Amino acid sequence: MTVSACLTTSSRLLHRLLWEARAAHVVWRRELLHSVRNPARLLIALAQPVVYLLVLGTGFAAMLPIHGGYLTYLFPGVLMMAVQTPAIAIGASIAVDREAGFLRETLVAPVHRVSLLAGRCAGGSTVATFQGVLVLGLAGPAHIPYAPKLMIELVAEMALLAFAMTAFVTLLAVVIAPAPTFHAILGFTLTPMTFLSGALFPMGGLPGWLTALMVANPLTYVVDLLRRTIAPYLVPQEPTAGHSPILMELTVTAAVGLLSLLLAALRLARPR
Amino acid sequence: MRPGTIHTRSLRKSYQGMRAVCGISLNVEAGEMFGFLGPNGAGKSTTISMLCTLLRPSGGRALVAGIDVRDDPKEVRRRIGLVFQEPTVDTDLTVREYLAFHATLYGLGKHDARRRVAEAADLVGLTGLGDSLVRTLSDSMRRLLEIARGLLHEPGVLFLDEPTVGLNPQARAEIWEHLRELRHRRAITVFLTTHYLEEAEYCDHIAMVDRGRVVADDSPAALKRLIGTDRIHLRTGDDQAAAATLSDYLGLASAWGPDGLYVQVTDAATAIPWVCTVLRVPVHSIEVRRPSLDEVFLRYTGRTLDGAARSGVSP
Ligand SMILES: Nc1ncnc2c1ncn2[C@@H]1O[C@H](COP(=O)(O)OP(=O)(O)O)[C@@H](O)[C@H]1O
Ligand SMILES: [Mg+2]
Repeated sequence: MTVSACLTTSSRLLHRLLWEARAAHVVWRRELLHSVRNPARLLIALAQPVVYLLVLGTGFAAMLPIHGGYLTYLFPGVLMMAVQTPAIAIGASIAVDREAGFLRETLVAPVHRVSLLAGRCAGGSTVATFQGVLVLGLAGPAHIPYAPKLMIELVAEMALLAFAMTAFVTLLAVVIAPAPTFHAILGFTLTPMTFLSGALFPMGGLPGWLTALMVANPLTYVVDLLRRTIAPYLVPQEPTAGHSPILMELTVTAAVGLLSLLLAALRLARPR
Repeated sequence: MRPGTIHTRSLRKSYQGMRAVCGISLNVEAGEMFGFLGPNGAGKSTTISMLCTLLRPSGGRALVAGIDVRDDPKEVRRRIGLVFQEPTVDTDLTVREYLAFHATLYGLGKHDARRRVAEAADLVGLTGLGDSLVRTLSDSMRRLLEIARGLLHEPGVLFLDEPTVGLNPQARAEIWEHLRELRHRRAITVFLTTHYLEEAEYCDHIAMVDRGRVVADDSPAALKRLIGTDRIHLRTGDDQAAAATLSDYLGLASAWGPDGLYVQVTDAATAIPWVCTVLRVPVHSIEVRRPSLDEVFLRYTGRTLDGAARSGVSP
């Protein structure tokens, strides 16, 4: 009897898990359909990093004599922006969706919030990674070799970063309740964060308070991670730091993503 | 009283100390079309949100399909369908994608989902539009699509928050046609809110709500009976003679003014044949004035439903 009871329990659990997985899958699919049906949004998100690469890359190159060339220096930051823009857009859209859109409908459905948010973050990461891959195509002009191993590493890292960013922005959007407030905050923090991440120019010799802001800025580590991944493949080998925090940075990124996802789901599950 | 499909007792909700719902007790029987009628800000959406487990009540109790909304919100959600006041459809999907998406969230397998999607679309008259983008549908079709979405998992109770708000009269009539059709084809309890009086007339049972309180709760006919009787407005060749005849033969008191005779009767439909039979003077016109729900609302709240001044209403 206990065996059969155990079997029914586990089969019920399995059924439940399948249900949740399929729910996450359709939410992911919906996110992709949205992107495919709004190609303009994709193009705009793609334009930003490309413009940075062209304008800054050619304009600043002479002003900033950097070892290995400015375009190469700029490239990791551009990759970050390529991932960041769609990840943030999709993460942030939850603020609107929760008040007026599909999320309100899905919150009455008998599925777990974690599944809904996981599907959504997966959708955001897929779109963002796709954009990152397109921009990665410009590695050649930036004097970065298309080494298969490097490309695979970069794509995997971008996928992880995209997931963490989507999840983190989702958490912020869920916690900072009224959508306009959230968008205002996002608007005035994002640009300074990008500038203070070392994406556009080296951050040496800054006043103390700016260095503090840079150290506190999560994007600093994102750019650093991508830069360290590329460094060993560059022809005039760049001096790499003795220790290798790449693994640690990856772990922290994954942890931030997962934790954000769970916290956001908890916050959503609480009826107001 | 036997608890019905929806049963609330002193249900309350405050937003940061501001009382939005102040003790609502309702009993909705299985299979009823229940109308929750009240002006904007009366607390209708707040009540629906509590019944649908999206808002936690500040006090009181609510049972939906026999389940306490606080004890087992998941089970309640499984048994209800809900359409919000604000449109929530996903304009970038096709009709079929939108419905299939929700069918999956309700745990339907591929095969069941396909069948239910087709059934639900058919129920609201959207058959053949499966591949259209939601963006291309009219406002009323989008509303119908949301209703279809609420029906996918065959819930016992369907909550509709202002299903016709913001639609033009033709679109509203279309929605109502489908709601009546739905009740023909499925045994379902419908709980809808509205601030349109004429829509409350279509319901089996209404509760009028004002400032978070239920002020009247019964069938539309019973509520109107409470307010008084029908009035027949007659214009005849000789009002004075007609009044005397009605008084002598039928015992009806009448008042006459410059525009004709006014006769109070309990039921105009049965009284008119008698009136026509006994009158020996030419009758130019007969008009029936029934007590309206607006008058009921006015009587209980001192205001008309759109908050218009008392003087703006016919006596
Ligand atoms: N989230 C909220 N926070 C604060 N007050 C609210 C909120 N939602 C509704 N209210 C207030 O509660 C009252 C009832 O609102 P609501 O239930 O939306 O009324 P109805 O649906 O009948 O128009 C209104 O006075 C409204 O301003
Ligand atoms: Mg409302």
